[in-house]
Amino acid sequence: MPERITLSVNGCDVSVLAGSMVSAAVSAAGETAFRTSVQGEPRGPLCGMGICFECRVCIDGVRHVRACQRLCQPGMEVSTHD
Amino acid sequence: MTDRREFDVLIIGAGPAGLAAACCAAEAGRRVGVVDDNPAAGGQIWRGEHDKPTQPAATTWFERLRNTKFEFLPGTRIVGHPAEGVLLADDDRTLIELKYDKLILATGARERFLPFPGWTLPGVTGAGGLQALVKSGISIAGRRVVVAGSGPLLMAVASYLRRAGAVVPLIAEQAPRGRVAKFAAGLLAHPGKLMEAARLKWELRGVKYLTDCWPVAAEGNDAVENVTLQRRGRSWQESCDFLACGFGLVPNIELPMLLGCEIEQGSVRVDDGQRTTVKDVYAVGEVTGIGGLAPALIEGQIAGLAAAGEKEAALRFLLFPRRNARRFAQKLEHTFRLRDELRQLPADETIVCRCEDVRFDQLTEHYSWRSAKLHTRCGMGPCQGRVCGAATEFLFGWGMDSVRPPLYPVRVEHLARATVTRESQSTED
Amino acid sequence: MSSALSHQSTGADVLIVGAGIVGTACAAEFTRAGLTTIVVDKGPVSTGATAAGMGQIVVMDDNEAEFALTNYSQQLWNELADELPTSVDWDECGSLWIAADDEEMQEVERKQSFYAERGIETEILNAVALEKLEPNLRRGFHGGLRVPGDSVIYSPCAAAWLLEQACQRGAELRLGQKVIELRGHGVLLENGDYLQADVTVNAAGSWATELMPELPIRPRKGHLVITDRYPGFIRHQLVELGYLKSAHSVTTDSVAFNVQPRKTGQLLIGSSRQYDDETRDIDPDILQRMIDRALEYLPGLAELSAIRTWTGFRAATPDSQPLIGPSIEDEHLYVASGHEGLGITTSLGTARILVDQVIGRESAIPREPYLPSRFQQGVSDA
Repeated sequence: MPERITLSVNGCDVSVLAGSMVSAAVSAAGETAFRTSVQGEPRGPLCGMGICFECRVCIDGVRHVRACQRLCQPGMEVSTHD
Repeated sequence: MTDRREFDVLIIGAGPAGLAAACCAAEAGRRVGVVDDNPAAGGQIWRGEHDKPTQPAATTWFERLRNTKFEFLPGTRIVGHPAEGVLLADDDRTLIELKYDKLILATGARERFLPFPGWTLPGVTGAGGLQALVKSGISIAGRRVVVAGSGPLLMAVASYLRRAGAVVPLIAEQAPRGRVAKFAAGLLAHPGKLMEAARLKWELRGVKYLTDCWPVAAEGNDAVENVTLQRRGRSWQESCDFLACGFGLVPNIELPMLLGCEIEQGSVRVDDGQRTTVKDVYAVGEVTGIGGLAPALIEGQIAGLAAAGEKEAALRFLLFPRRNARRFAQKLEHTFRLRDELRQLPADETIVCRCEDVRFDQLTEHYSWRSAKLHTRCGMGPCQGRVCGAATEFLFGWGMDSVRPPLYPVRVEHLARATVTRESQSTED
Repeated sequence: MSSALSHQSTGADVLIVGAGIVGTACAAEFTRAGLTTIVVDKGPVSTGATAAGMGQIVVMDDNEAEFALTNYSQQLWNELADELPTSVDWDECGSLWIAADDEEMQEVERKQSFYAERGIETEILNAVALEKLEPNLRRGFHGGLRVPGDSVIYSPCAAAWLLEQACQRGAELRLGQKVIELRGHGVLLENGDYLQADVTVNAAGSWATELMPELPIRPRKGHLVITDRYPGFIRHQLVELGYLKSAHSVTTDSVAFNVQPRKTGQLLIGSSRQYDDETRDIDPDILQRMIDRALEYLPGLAELSAIRTWTGFRAATPDSQPLIGPSIEDEHLYVASGHEGLGITTSLGTARILVDQVIGRESAIPREPYLPSRFQQGVSDA
């Protein structure tokens, strides 16, 4: 039976399968924009493998964490950047 | 705060090549360490296979790995090379000094992204990129995905996405029909590949495979909603929730360059024994040239055995399948090389450097990577030119700069240590 | 403009060696005064300190000469601000000098009166006010001096824009061409071309001594670090009061706290000064010292993501004032170099004063403190 984890994205709880990356949680929360670019464009993951840095989010107060490379943990607080 | 680890054989990259090397070196009794940026082993092609095996080769190797003794350092990036025989790693908590007798570079490859209008919209991802994201937990069930770009990876991705529940109406392959058909016919010389191709064809029944076809624009408000494709003078719109678009693979040569390894045509130069031009440093898999799973496994074994000190005899047995595999890799490159029209894709206002939002028209005034970096800050962001560098190389023919540490962003408090380098570099042997 | 036969330029009024911020400012000013101008650089625009540095536009009060030039220049920049393209990222964030103890607080008061007497608006902050304005500073500072009129720009783009202005007024550009010799009324290029001009200006920054070894200029290496984006982490450019001690030291290697917010929210961390190391390589020891110093002021900096670090060379003179004026040897050869860490600020004032001297125009500030002849031994004609 697959284990599920609950964490919060932008203040809302989401439930994901254990072993999912934070990128999955952000997507499950219905967000398409993970961050905003220098000129204000919404951006989401591009490479899926930690190279492009477009999926950076704030996790438990630490900014600029690549969501595609970070495993979800129960109770994590994720926020997408302004 | 420094941790220190010492290994007989240190392997960078836990994809198939790195894992094969780890098995062989460890089984030969050496103390082995494997480092990977991802939280789990498998690299790209075996992402997720470690606990949910679906591919026969992965199943076999992971089983073999379970009985192998080695130290795995996941979520860890190499950021510097402070001394001979030492790499500096960052695991987001601390810096770790990794000391080695032999080093095996299995850093793999990344996708090449080409800019076109709308490519920065959320939902426009790499082809391998979307596969990785779905394997990491993003749900694709019932979503409509257009797969585009170039290379056999597109078919593997489309197949995977379908199995994950996506609707994939078509694959847009930029290569011309004649070359792709010739390549398909040539598969007869590679029986294993032929089987794989036939299987893919079956899995992709109902998915249009359009050669001479490429995206010219992605459109949508907050995320991609449709893509305009072009094919033989005709263009049309396809609606989509995701555009999974990648134009081939580019070896991750940053660490090899930092070590002083000779680079040839964008990949690490190695001899038949997988030795680079730097003493005690081997390279295996995609970083030595794009070739796929088979060469990666063979090369990994060769280097693992060699690094462990196994005699040449063990290697001779492995050479034949590898030569065959490399020939296949060459055919691949010829078939899917990128066409000139793709250089016309960006509009003036199309962003090329996504980290710093540098537009195409800002770059066209410059004649070198260096000049462009200076004036536009292209390549000066956190990706350190990994995305825009491949694009500008294709668009303008600009070569890369030399590589300097840190290879990845590090915490300010760790930065000075990451910049320590050796005074001189040995390129003999 | 080359004659096919003799490879000679038909002769310009002015030839400027160096397309950094000083050279391009001079080009803009010479062309504005109606002089035909050639600009030569061995590379593209801004390959020296202009590209490496912090892009500060600041007033300094260490001595009258420094104040006069920085103040004059800052006024010129302010006049130009509205014309600058967005790529120059003009940001009037202001500076904040931080006092770590009573002694430095007294220095703050001295600075405040110095500036007040000269019409520069400043504000003394006590510890509470300082903390309120810059909450990421560590606790325990005594206060500081806020200079709201200071600004930050992205210098390579400013230099490019100044050069563009010069070209629109007819300046000839020779980029990627190295000057190997200064000769009478002109220069010899590496490719064999001889460019003629009535007046030559050496604005080659820390390379100025390659062409004129007698110039009292030494390259002074500095390190910088840029972080990822943390908008609001600091609001002003922050600098320690010990900064000038470091900048004006003639011998030792030193570091001084100086952190600047960019418009993107990235933080630029400096500063370090070293003589006698002319390699571009990062020096991990002094980089560590520089970072340690920065962490003493902004402890939260430790965990922020650093993207890159690099070095650059400032052109330093024995008395920390630039050289602006005719060379000692040759009245047709002028120098505009030696700006140490204030090149971006003082580029515009330098250009004005230099052009004044060449065309015989009155200057808005006294020129004497910057004349190259001040380093002349004994008595001789200028």
